Amino acid sequence: MVKVTFVAADGSETSVEGEEGASVMQTAVANDVEGIVGECGGSMMCATCHCYVDDAWISKTGERQHDEDDMLEGAASEVRETSRLSCQIKLDQSLDGLVVHLPDEQF
Amino acid sequence: MESGPIVIVGAGQGGLQVAASLRQAGYEGELTLIGNEPGLPYQRPPLSKAYMQDGNPGALKLRAAEFYDKQQIRYLPETSVTAIDRDDGRIATTSGELDFGHLILATGASNLRPPIPGLDRTLDLRTLADADKLRERATGDRRFAVIGGGFIGLEFAAVASKFGLDVVVAEAAPRLMARAVSPQMSELFLKKHRDLGSTVLLGDPVSAIDDRGIALVGGTHLEADEILLAAGVRPNTVLAEAAGLDCANGVTVDAQLLTSDPRISALGDCACFPDSRSGLRIRLESVQAATDHARHIAARLTGKQPDPYNALPWFWSDQADYKLQIAGLAQPDDRAEAVDEHVVFRFDAEDRLTAVETVNNARVHMRTRKLLAGGETVGPDTARDLLS
Repeated sequence: MVKVTFVAADGSETSVEGEEGASVMQTAVANDVEGIVGECGGSMMCATCHCYVDDAWISKTGERQHDEDDMLEGAASEVRETSRLSCQIKLDQSLDGLVVHLPDEQF
Repeated sequence: MESGPIVIVGAGQGGLQVAASLRQAGYEGELTLIGNEPGLPYQRPPLSKAYMQDGNPGALKLRAAEFYDKQQIRYLPETSVTAIDRDDGRIATTSGELDFGHLILATGASNLRPPIPGLDRTLDLRTLADADKLRERATGDRRFAVIGGGFIGLEFAAVASKFGLDVVVAEAAPRLMARAVSPQMSELFLKKHRDLGSTVLLGDPVSAIDDRGIALVGGTHLEADEILLAAGVRPNTVLAEAAGLDCANGVTVDAQLLTSDPRISALGDCACFPDSRSGLRIRLESVQAATDHARHIAARLTGKQPDPYNALPWFWSDQADYKLQIAGLAQPDDRAEAVDEHVVFRFDAEDRLTAVETVNNARVHMRTRKLLAGGETVGPDTARDLLS
């Protein structure tokens, strides 16, 4: 299992254990973490699983994919350097302890 | 603010979303979500795509089990609603009666079953149980025939050909996905499926199904061990009709998604609503319509007075390495202009942009979504800026 901490827009933190191979979005939804919607189920269609990867983890999660960049154009909240669609970040042991910050809205 | 109790009939993506949105918007009254399938509410779009390949039901769940307790949503699985008593504000279900202050119909759609002899030999792909059965059969050297070259049939055909199965698609119309996309897109996908190794036959309806496969009106017989029926759907309106609600191509709702009874709303695949852009009554089979309808109804029931429903339709379909995305809604007669091999603009008779169809081009898709959602009229010149 891989530990992931979600920091909500109001600063509150939720830490959960995700399965290797699952995406950060799936981990949030499976653990009832508020602030990640994932309306399209991870098909990169909706931009409602937008998150900001914590600076300390940005080198480990890798870069945005080409299409991901394009889909983020439709995100409800501000897009930053660290913005990712959390459905595109797959968990493995190298991400154990991952911290992501959530935007204040997904629609 | 609706004082409740609020009862939602149908636990698909729209039914679940309206429950979640009601709680998010501060509704504190009784909330019951009724579904006729076993298990927790799940996503349907992956059934013909990712789930066909990975078979992982955990990834389909819309919300964790704890969600329902935490949000105090009473979820009743494997329960069918048998009647609506509008006078007394009560419904009858297979597990007893329930009172409602407001009722929301999210009953979805069922597979269309054309009057073809031998239809009982076919498989469906609508529910998780259907998908499991189909996955079991989609192994080895089974030969598949797919009746219907629409989204579901083609998504399945793409996965099946990836498995190395022999696939033949029989579409009654002269082109693929004819109700939803331009002729240019139909052509692009026809080439894709033929390149994948599928046999695609167009403009020749199925006349009979037998032990050895399917027969077409034109006289061709296609050998198949398994047959998937994917010839479209029809909205589930039996309950609404029996209750005397207005129905025509779905449950008729107004611009606030209210049925002909102000205590009953309807959403998603089963609802026929006025399209704010074209002025026509439409019914959409998509996650987008179901969830946007749900949020609209939740806002209205929690005391907001929303504008008439006007969310921009969008849609997607994954077929092999082609991701088709559609932003907006074109009428069948709308002019189709291919501006790129993978981008088609649709314009109405007044040359206003109504939709953009793209393949593997999320940038143009998202730009179109933003532009059309803004509500302004977009002419051909402005539309071309989407490409830059």
